Amino acid sequence: MLWNIFFTFLKIGFVSFGGGYAVIPVIQYEVSDHAWLTSSQFQQAVALASMAPGSIATNIATLIGYKTAGILGAVSATLGMILPSLVIIICLASLFFRIQHFTWVNSSLYGLRPVVTGLILYAAIHFFLPDQTETWLSWHMIGTVLICGASIVLLYKYKLHPLILIVAAGAGGIVLF
Amino acid sequence: MRRYQVILQLFGTFLRIGPSTFGGGYAMIPTIEREVMERRNWIDEQEMSNLISLSGSAPGGIGVNAAAFVGYRKAGLTGAVAAVLGITLPTFLIAIVLSFLYLFFQDNIKVQAALKGIHGAVLALILMAAYRMSKQAVLDIATACLTLLPVLILFSISISPLYIIGFGILAGILLIKGKKYLGMKVCTERENKLAPDDPDSDYSEYYI
Repeated sequence: MLWNIFFTFLKIGFVSFGGGYAVIPVIQYEVSDHAWLTSSQFQQAVALASMAPGSIATNIATLIGYKTAGILGAVSATLGMILPSLVIIICLASLFFRIQHFTWVNSSLYGLRPVVTGLILYAAIHFFLPDQTETWLSWHMIGTVLICGASIVLLYKYKLHPLILIVAAGAGGIVLF
Repeated sequence: MRRYQVILQLFGTFLRIGPSTFGGGYAMIPTIEREVMERRNWIDEQEMSNLISLSGSAPGGIGVNAAAFVGYRKAGLTGAVAAVLGITLPTFLIAIVLSFLYLFFQDNIKVQAALKGIHGAVLALILMAAYRMSKQAVLDIATACLTLLPVLILFSISISPLYIIGFGILAGILLIKGKKYLGMKVCTERENKLAPDDPDSDYSEYYI
């Protein structure tokens, strides 16, 4: 089980271009493939990961590992997630790779960046969709849209700090729901 | 200075950087710059700009990548491991504690309401990440199509997103080759991109 978690996140770590939210669909696919967590448990993990400081991708790995197999699971998942970074950066740094001067690297990034953007978009839509117990026009959905809209305005226009936003949204949730 | 002291310093410095950065990604760069370049003088300005472009393009979180780079430059493999463990450990513990608190309070009706509210805020954070990334990614019609592709594919068939990432890389290389072959203007990056270390610049992947 622990090896399984470790190797799964090792695989994810090697392709986690763009870090953070772009990795959500990749992790989600693996998690449902291995039947580690239910869809709503997974969404809770994403929400909790955004509340903790540091890299979102590593936080999600930690939380999923923890929920799946306790503290050792969390250690396995986190190590699996950071090991590829370590290996790749050391290879690049020791080769004195000036990555921006290679046209094929630029070409791959040209195709990679939009795909990663699409993955983040998919993660957002999936995060928004109601689960089976809810309908589209429930109070929960309306409230989520309201808070999300307000949050976007606060983030975009007033550059609000993400932590303050999360605390405010929590307070808003207590009032609304 | 002895080697083990350098390694301890690497560990300690990145231990402090970890929990002070919410939102991850490029949000960490100014803090890393201050600690590593200005305070410790571990790397110079030229290396700092290499560090930013390298950690942004390689897979994995920016913070972890930057830690590995600085640690390796200062004290080889051991240094890299020490720096990466330093930046990971605090957030690892915080994530575990949060998970613990959640298990403890998840049946509390107020906590449930707060989490429903936070759901909306997290949705906004993800959307903002997509928006900021799109400003760097969507340069022409081809890249706009590539952006919509993952959404359409993943909602219609169950396929591992790994294939989509692989396809993106392949499509990028082929598109640029094709454009050059046809003699079209090739632009793989936004031209007026601001330097990431410019305090006024909009950190493109601020929330990643």
